[in-house]
Order: sequence, then C-alpha cells, then structure tokens
Amino acid sequence: MTEPAAVGVAEGGAHPAHDPVPNRIHAIPVRYPWRWVSAAAIAVLAAMALHGLVTNDQFQWPLVGRYLFHPNVIRGVGWTLWLTAGSMLIAVVLAVLLAVARGSENPVMRWVSWFYIWVFRGTPVYTQLVFWGLISVLYPRLSLGVPFGPDFIEFSTKDLIPASRGALLGLALNEAAYLAEIVRAGLQSVDPGQSEAAKALGMKNGSILRRIVLPQAMRVIVPPTGNETISMLKTTSLVLAVPFTLELQFATNAIGNRTFSPVPLLVVAAIWYLTITSVLMIGQYYLERHYGRGFDGHAAATTRSSHRGGRGRQSAINAAGTTHDPSPLDEVGGPPKAGTL
Amino acid sequence: MSPAAVAPMVELAEVHKAFGHHHVLRGINITVPRGSVCVVLGPSGSGKSTALRCINQLEEVSGGRVLVDGELMGYRETVHRGAPALQRLSPQEIAQQRSRIGMVFQRFNLFPHMTALGNVVEAQVHVAGRGRRQARERAEEQLAKVGLADHVGHYPSQLSGGQQQRVAIARALAMDPELMLFDEPTSALDPELVGEVLAVMRDLAESGMTMIVVTHEIGFAREVADQVVFMADGVVVEQGPPDHVLVTPREQRTQDFLARVL
Ligand SMILES: Nc1ncnc2c1ncn2[C@@H]1O[C@H](COP(=O)(O)OP(=O)(O)O)[C@@H](O)[C@H]1O
Ligand SMILES: [Mg+2]
Repeated sequence: MTEPAAVGVAEGGAHPAHDPVPNRIHAIPVRYPWRWVSAAAIAVLAAMALHGLVTNDQFQWPLVGRYLFHPNVIRGVGWTLWLTAGSMLIAVVLAVLLAVARGSENPVMRWVSWFYIWVFRGTPVYTQLVFWGLISVLYPRLSLGVPFGPDFIEFSTKDLIPASRGALLGLALNEAAYLAEIVRAGLQSVDPGQSEAAKALGMKNGSILRRIVLPQAMRVIVPPTGNETISMLKTTSLVLAVPFTLELQFATNAIGNRTFSPVPLLVVAAIWYLTITSVLMIGQYYLERHYGRGFDGHAAATTRSSHRGGRGRQSAINAAGTTHDPSPLDEVGGPPKAGTL
Repeated sequence: MSPAAVAPMVELAEVHKAFGHHHVLRGINITVPRGSVCVVLGPSGSGKSTALRCINQLEEVSGGRVLVDGELMGYRETVHRGAPALQRLSPQEIAQQRSRIGMVFQRFNLFPHMTALGNVVEAQVHVAGRGRRQARERAEEQLAKVGLADHVGHYPSQLSGGQQQRVAIARALAMDPELMLFDEPTSALDPELVGEVLAVMRDLAESGMTMIVVTHEIGFAREVADQVVFMADGVVVEQGPPDHVLVTPREQRTQDFLARVL
C-alpha cells in the first residue's frame, strides 16, 4: 500500500462522504506555552487584588451596599444621565451645523464656525461652567429686539437659565466644539464621488448631506463620539462649578462627608459610573453595526459581525486621525484651516 | 414645429474651461442630435471628462454656451446696466436642470449604504417626488431590464463591478432622462465584465436614447456611434461619422492615437 492511499483511507473513515476536500489537512496547532504562563500569573495577581478589596475593612462593604440605592444617589444617577444625554444631543446637532458651516462656500459661515471652535475649545470647560453660573449676574435680563433699538420680549436670566440649564448648556457648547472636528473628519472621509453622483441625479445639497454623506460619515463619527460620551459622563461631575450639586459625584461625596465614610461612597460612585459606561458601550456596538451595513460584503447579510465592529473602528481611527487628502470641504476651508488642524 | 423640437439635444458652442490658470477646454464645439450616440475619444488628460461635466454643470463653464434641448445650462440670460449678461442659476435651479440628464461614472459611485434597490429608489423619491411604492416598482422594473432582477436586495459591496455599473445605469434611467452621459463606464472593469455593460448600453442606444459616451472601446464606437469626436489638449481635433474618424482619419494626431489603442 502506498502512503497517499493510506492517508485517503484514514480521512475517509473520519469524515464519511461529506468533506468535498480530498486529503484535508488536520494540522497539529501551534503551541503557545507563554500564554498559559502569563494567564496563570494574571490569575494570581487578580486573586490578590480581590482578596485585598474584600478583606480590607477600610472599604466598609456593608456601607457600600446600604448607600448603593440611597434616594440621593439614585437621583444623582438620574441627573448625571440627563446631563450626559442632553448635552451630547445638543452638542451633536450643533456640531453637524458647525462642521457644515466650516465646509460652506459662504466665508461668513466659515469664520463663524472657526471662531466658535477657537473659543470653546481654547478655554477650559471648568471656566466655561463658572461663566454659565455667573451669567445671571453679568446679564440679569435677556431681551429679544433690535440692537441699540427697542426690545420686544424680556426675560429674567435667572428664570431662563437656572443652574441645571446652565450646566447643560455649558457642557453642550463646549462639547460641540470637539464634536465639530470629529464630524468634519467624518464628512471628509466620504468619497467626493458620492456627492457628485447624487448631484448628477439632481439631488439638492440638503438631501445630499442628510441621505448620502452623513450616513456614510457616521462610520467614522460614531466611535470617537462614543468615546466623547463616556468622557462626558465623567465631565458632568465638573458642574459643581456652576454650581449645580445634584449629580452623582457631588451626591455621593456629600453623603461620604456627612457620614465620615468617604471611601465606600467613592466605591458607590465608581460602581454606578462603570455600570453606565457598560450600557453606553453596548449602545455604541449596535450603532456601529447599524452604520457599518453595506461596507463589508458578507457581514451585511449575516449577524456574525464581531470582526466587523473591529474593522469599522480601525478604519474610523485611520480616517479620523490621518485624513489629509484634498476634499471639497478642505478646498473651501480657506484661512481658518490652519487654526483648527 | 416648436423651436425645442428642432433644437439638437446637446450643443456645446465655443466652450472654455479653466481651473485657475490651467486652461483645460479651449473652445469646444460639439452638436449631438436627438436620439443619436456620440462617442468621445482622446488621450488621458485631453479634457473629455471635463467636457461631460460641463454639460450637467458639475463644472461651471468659463466661457461659451452649453445648451441641452435648446435650454441654456447653468445661467439665465438677463440685462445688466443696459448690456446683455448671464446670471448664475441658483443651486436648486441647477439641480432641476441636472435631473433630466443621467450620468454614469467610471468608478460607479453607487451609494454603499443602500441596496441596489435603495440606490435606484433614492432620487426617484427625493428628486422626482414619486411615492415609495411607485418608485420601488419602477426600480424593480429598471433593474430587471439590466438583468439584475435577482440582485435587488444586494449591497454594492456584494456585487461584481459589472453588476455595480449596471445598477448605476438603472439608477440614472429610473429618472427618465432625455440624455445619458457615460464617462469611461467600462475602464474600471475586469476584461470579462466589459461585455455585459456594453450590451446594456447598446440596447439603450437602440431604444433611441441620446447618449454621449467617453470610452476607449473602439469596437463599441464603430458599431453604435453615429458620430465620433476625437479630442486632444482641450480641443476637438476631428469629428464625424465613425467610418471616417476611425477608419480614414485625416489628422496625424488621430492616426497616432488610434495606432496606440487598437
Ligand atoms: N477639479 C480640477 N481642478 C484642477 N484641474 C483639473 C480638475 N479636473 C480636471 N483637471 C485637469 O484637467 C485636465 C483634463 O482632465 P480630464 O477632463 O479629466 O481629462 P480626461 O477625462 O480626458 O482624461 C487634466 O490636466 C486635469 O488635471
Ligand atoms: Mg476622464
């Protein structure tokens, strides 16, 4: 009996009739001994850390349990969520307007957008929040009317912008400046041929942006925006500068000070922040999957898309970080370009 | 007869185009009668794409006139300080003019986030103002005509180049254009896929569509064209029926070019 024949018989016995590949290779996998060594080392370290957390009385775990669902803490979680979601929502809308204005053919629009980004990105968010807290002192009354002329409506600034709204506005206006750059990178990442094809079909600029360019730009926009949202979740703790004092960080801190047990309440805050972050990450995964459809031949038709998420993110990072190709947006960018790159 | 009925479908009269100091089109004159096929040949960089893009106003012309179906493209004739002048049309008005002209690009430019059907439906709904149902039916019919009835639900990334280009043709045709522009529609295709796209274009020509086709497919030009235009360095070097321009060219530059591509 010859060698190949023997192999053929052995294979035939293992996979009766189904395998269309003759003499399929059943290779012995490469061994990775160091993976096992490193896994063991990390398991030991993790056990030590856990032991240190659980047995250290300083953490006062019973107190953590007692305050985790304390009404003030829950209210703090609510306000933190509201500030994060509200400010991100306002910021995204504003950022799209700013990014479009930056690429506009109208020089006034370009300069307004550039100036906005310059101011709000160029000053600390803490400073801006203090300013929003002081606005009712600086401008006790706000009015709509003709500059230097008569007023039509007048508001008391304190009523129009209470601390909660000041906090929301402060966070949103600052964030919009950062998001505008992300959106701009996203818009630039879309092949100019796309809007040309849409123009050739007779589509107007507004629908080209909404229907063709933005949906494709979202692949590049979503991953860093997810990052910004998680960052915003934690930035909300700065609103004590307004001062607004009902969000999670301040609420837990206050209880910790009152009960002379700061550490367990820090743990309470950390648990909540981690939980919300995890939920946000799940949301981001689904958003990325939604906007990635059609960009990967087979994954669009299947649900097995873990590798696609990874690829989408990688391409997004590439596009957002390294895009220097000339594009219509760049060409009309004019002098402001240098300031914001 | 109304003047529009006797006007040629496309008339380029002394068209110039400059990008800054780069003078790309230097006085182009081309007339394309209704229902005829005009094939444009010429070396790379001679201004063929620019000429096509001037017709549907993807480029603003620097001088001369572009008339489609007797209508001046991109401008309105008016009087400024007692002298005749041209005023640029608004983006909306230009979009309106473009919607009557279909264009097919070398790189297909399908919308990757939409299925084949979505690609063909899009402008019908958002430009022509058709209802979703009607647009869908029209899209299915149009995709079937280019042989893609089984692929309506596929995304562009799931289609071959030849299939993508046929979707692009269906997308343009669904808008009921009176003129179709093709900019090297088969240049990005693998050789074995060229035939299926040319076959669709041949059928379209037979159905009486007015077409301007930039291509290097000399066989297609000889078979389908009513008129061949040879361009070089931003001017029309020679134009006429295919037998004349392709078989017995008078100009040395045309002869040299044909010797290279054949
Ligand atoms: N948007 C543009 N800006 C500057 N130059 C351009 C632009 N588009 C085309 N050109 C130039 O115009 C010339 C003709 O280009 P094109 O019309 O694409 O030629 P063809 O299609 O015959 O190859 C080339 O030299 C090209 O570099
Ligand atoms: Mg070209």
